[in-house]
Amino acid sequence: MATTATATTTKLWGGGKSPFNVEYGKVMMWYFLMSDAFTFGAFLISYGTIRFSTNGWPDPNEVFRSFPFAPEGVHAPLVFVSIMTFILIISSVTMVLAVQAGHNMDKKRVVKNLIWTIIGGAAFLGCQAWEWNHLHHEGAWWGSNPFLNHDGTASSTNFTNYFFTITGFHGFHVFSGVIINIIMLIMTLTDKFEQRGHYLMIEKAGLYWHFVDLVWVFVFTCFYLI
Amino acid sequence: MSNEAVLHASVGAHHEAHGDEHHEHHQDTFITKYVFSQDHKMIAKQFLITGMVWAVLGGLMSVLFRLQLGYPESTFPWLQDILGKWAEGGKITPAAYYALVTTHGTVLVFFVLTAGLSGTFANFLIPLQIGARDMASPFMNMLSYWFFFAASIIMLSSMFVETGPFSGGWTAYPPLSALGDASPGSKSGMDLWIISMALFVVSSLLGGLNYIATVLNMRTKGMSMTRLPLTIWALFFTAVLGVLSFPVLLSGFILLIFDRNFGTSFYLSDIFINGVGALPNEGGSAILFQHLFWFLGHPEVYIILLPAMGMVSEIMSVNSRKPIFGYMAMIGSLFAIAILAFLVWAHHMFVTGLNPLLGSVFVLLTLLIAVPSAIKVFNWLTTLWRGNVRFTPGMLFAIGFVSLFISGGLTGIWLGNSALDIHLHDTYFVIAHFHIVMGVASMFGMFAGIYHWFPKMYGRFMNNTLAYIHFWVTIAGAYMIFWPMHYQGLAGMPRRYYDFSVWESFKQFGELNQFISLVAMIVFAVQLLFLFNFFYSIFKGRRVTTLNPWGANTLEWTTPIRPGHGNWVGEIPEVHRWAYDYGKDGKEFISQDTPIGADESHH
Repeated sequence: MATTATATTTKLWGGGKSPFNVEYGKVMMWYFLMSDAFTFGAFLISYGTIRFSTNGWPDPNEVFRSFPFAPEGVHAPLVFVSIMTFILIISSVTMVLAVQAGHNMDKKRVVKNLIWTIIGGAAFLGCQAWEWNHLHHEGAWWGSNPFLNHDGTASSTNFTNYFFTITGFHGFHVFSGVIINIIMLIMTLTDKFEQRGHYLMIEKAGLYWHFVDLVWVFVFTCFYLI
Repeated sequence: MSNEAVLHASVGAHHEAHGDEHHEHHQDTFITKYVFSQDHKMIAKQFLITGMVWAVLGGLMSVLFRLQLGYPESTFPWLQDILGKWAEGGKITPAAYYALVTTHGTVLVFFVLTAGLSGTFANFLIPLQIGARDMASPFMNMLSYWFFFAASIIMLSSMFVETGPFSGGWTAYPPLSALGDASPGSKSGMDLWIISMALFVVSSLLGGLNYIATVLNMRTKGMSMTRLPLTIWALFFTAVLGVLSFPVLLSGFILLIFDRNFGTSFYLSDIFINGVGALPNEGGSAILFQHLFWFLGHPEVYIILLPAMGMVSEIMSVNSRKPIFGYMAMIGSLFAIAILAFLVWAHHMFVTGLNPLLGSVFVLLTLLIAVPSAIKVFNWLTTLWRGNVRFTPGMLFAIGFVSLFISGGLTGIWLGNSALDIHLHDTYFVIAHFHIVMGVASMFGMFAGIYHWFPKMYGRFMNNTLAYIHFWVTIAGAYMIFWPMHYQGLAGMPRRYYDFSVWESFKQFGELNQFISLVAMIVFAVQLLFLFNFFYSIFKGRRVTTLNPWGANTLEWTTPIRPGHGNWVGEIPEVHRWAYDYGKDGKEFISQDTPIGADESHH
């Protein structure tokens, strides 16, 4: 009996155990993230295709140049979105700390870092809400684009169409992530993970959160930098 | 330890725990047992029966529009009785005709051959054949069915809205699908269609993640990947294809929803609608939707086909009493097909103005699929070769599948050629090709699976005489319906036309169209015979009295005749060999859970 047990444990793919040494939930999360990456990939490739076939495009430095409480006509290109991006990346760091604390079964630090992550996510969403609102006041929305191309000609509405659709879809992911993190926080506070003896769920939530951050890097590049 | 606890145990714990636990009997109510069931076998049956309802509806639709195509001059007063204003005076209106064609395509492709096929057999066979008590997440599995159910209800409701269901073809190309003003079928019917499809994508994602995680993580001790039955390999690749291709469709649909409702121009540019005038939309590209659609659409073909291939391999080996020929080659070819599935989508778009150079790349990649397909066909034929073949109904349908796959596959070589496609695109040649190779062939795979695993599903057999009638009429009918369509297509007869009798060049096909329609009705009637057989046998069929009625090696036949939730009473069997030890060392079959004997020859 003992010999068969050792024989099968050495064979990763031999059945009777997970070949990646992870439970099924993490396998699912990884595959889900691959799937979701294809969704975002399809969006961004569509955006690239349309932008490539359009004659002109607005200059992001001109479009995204304001920040809250800024005086009228301020020219601070990409300052606000840099802050947003920084917040989101920092929230990924706190998520890592929460996952690590979970490994060490350190409930207090899990709670602390989860709260920071939630605050980071909520702050990002708040920034996005402000930016959307600001652009909306300038006349930008689905189907209307007040911004001019680089060369001063009228621009395609697909600039705003794609901007609101893709950042909105990403924002929806951040929102879901914040909700998931709040659920994780409640489960931590009610000692669910202590009873289970592990904080694996936090790890899965962390995978999702990092993925959403990573997607933002691409969205940010496509809309603000290029 | 309860079953649920076993299923959700943490890393590495679940299989060790299997040994010493005995399945607890939950107090099942009607609701938890038959409706919101988390037992993979019940969920499989739910998928199967919902799929059957859709198959009947979708099949009936084809009979109705074949009536129009076969008898364009006749009127059928009873049509007005059932369709009302859609068949004023007993003749299907053009709008109803297009709605019927569209809905037929949508429900057969997605609801019957995706949900009904892989939903049924992935759920049923994966845990049973890999030796697991249930799916990795039974709850998500249940959700997967109920999202499908919701999608079904919404699709069904779209048939009852005043402007009718969506009628722009199952591919839903914009601008027709994006502009409500362009056609009555593009109004609220299209909104319901797209919501239904979005829910369907969620269902398929939930299901697919579960199938993948289950196959990777939940195999019983000794069940290495290369000991898996080919059904499981096929269902695994199917799930991977679904998880990676459906999200792209979802993106395409989200953009379409915005174009329909929020004034965007993702797919729209420079459009003039009669009676409405010029639209303000500019800058979009209708071709973009086609790329997004076919990035799903082509893998979807293999999502439909692979489960049938897997089941046919298994059934054929069992009933030839021979090991499957070229097991590793079968896995390799499944893998090759799964990879190529993602690289050929633009062969649906040769006539969209695609760059001919790019077209030639897609021709090459498309024709490459012939290689793994041929490997599979030859392996099936060599499995049959000198086998001790038992012609059970399941086996007949499996052989029928191979026949159809060859016939339909050969015309794929015509269509994969971008130069020939200029002539053949959107003709009945295409209809004939994909109905034979994917539609009817996969239905045959499904029938084979149902006849073969019915004893495991319900503990009874289906009636063989009815099954033989079903098989012979269906295979003869399938060829009689679709073979002539090749000639029509070569003559240039376009698909989706309402009435060919007004075209001088197609008048010659009037009687042929009548013949096709007549056969279609007969074949449809025989499917009702199958349904009768199915439901009658659930309650009155001959009882299964032995654990392993087919003498098969796979693990599902080591469970009790009517397995409960948890599948095995007591310990899950350990696996010691691959699934295809038939006729080895003079033994007719050796079950996978039989340890290797001392004097056994090398395997």
